[in-house]
Amino acid sequence: MIRQCFIIFGCLALGEIVVWLTHITIPSSIIGMLLLTLLLHLRAIKVEWVSGISDFLISNMGFFFVPPGVALMLYLDVIKAEFVPIVVATVVSTVLVLVVTGWTHQLFKRHGDTE
Amino acid sequence: MEILNNNIVLLALTFGIFYGARQLQKLTGWIVLNPILVTIVVLIALLKASGISYETYSAAGSYIEFWLRPAIVALGVPLYRHLGQIRRQFLPIFLSQLAGCVVGLVSVVGIAHVAGASRETVISLAPKSVTTPIAMEVCRAMGGIPSLTAAIVVTVGLFGAVFGFKVLEVWHVKNPYSQGLSIGTASHAVGTSRAMEKGQTYGTYASLGLILNGLLTALLAPLVLRLMGIQ
Repeated sequence: MIRQCFIIFGCLALGEIVVWLTHITIPSSIIGMLLLTLLLHLRAIKVEWVSGISDFLISNMGFFFVPPGVALMLYLDVIKAEFVPIVVATVVSTVLVLVVTGWTHQLFKRHGDTE
Repeated sequence: MEILNNNIVLLALTFGIFYGARQLQKLTGWIVLNPILVTIVVLIALLKASGISYETYSAAGSYIEFWLRPAIVALGVPLYRHLGQIRRQFLPIFLSQLAGCVVGLVSVVGIAHVAGASRETVISLAPKSVTTPIAMEVCRAMGGIPSLTAAIVVTVGLFGAVFGFKVLEVWHVKNPYSQGLSIGTASHAVGTSRAMEKGQTYGTYASLGLILNGLLTALLAPLVLRLMGIQ
């Protein structure tokens, strides 16, 4: 467990250091994820060393969004005042992103590639 | 209700409500009863009713939210497991991400602007499809309201998690790779957690969409908004 935590938090910490050094606008967590992928790919880390904690974190990821979601209560006024533009723009745009991404991927994905 | 000002009590409530909401969804099988959505709604109602401020709740909530970033790092594991596949499919993946990212930015900004939203709101909506830490950063850099962005991002994620697969079915996006990718692109980690429930392939492609759209949005959002005359 300690080794597992060390790897996850180690990658996150390296991400923090990269952000601190370069002032890049990419979040440390994304850098940490790419770093973890790289270390696994280079065989510096074995999958078994992190799979326990990573399975736990990934399968509960939705729960971690509850507190930022509760922040909605601060903006009920803004949302009420601009309800139509916010809802229409968000819903239409989200549907468009889903469909355009899916169609483009299906279009360029080589047929017959078994992957 | 003074006792609700206690961090431990608030944490226990959050776990308890989420557990209850998950049981309720299992029992009814209704996708709309998404446990994240139900928990957020119940908590807001409870806090409003008992006069507890968001600041008080967030002192407790930060212990939960804290795990969001390690969880995103952990997505490196499924990403690694599918690296070979992804490399073979690089071009279709990259092109669909680029299309999804640009369409997402232009459509949300365009519609909100035309429908009469204020400039701050338009900017706060722009990064709606990408994961909270990136979205807030992008919003702050462009002069929006970061915490409004956070709230909208979670809502969009819930929309994708609840209706995403339905929308894709209706519009004939049928294969698991394209479906996963679209869900992650449109509705980041919340959508990804739903995709993970459906299966590893869906989940991995969703996390890929989450990463790539996050990176592309961070790079392209300021440019697109400037071209559209918002910034």
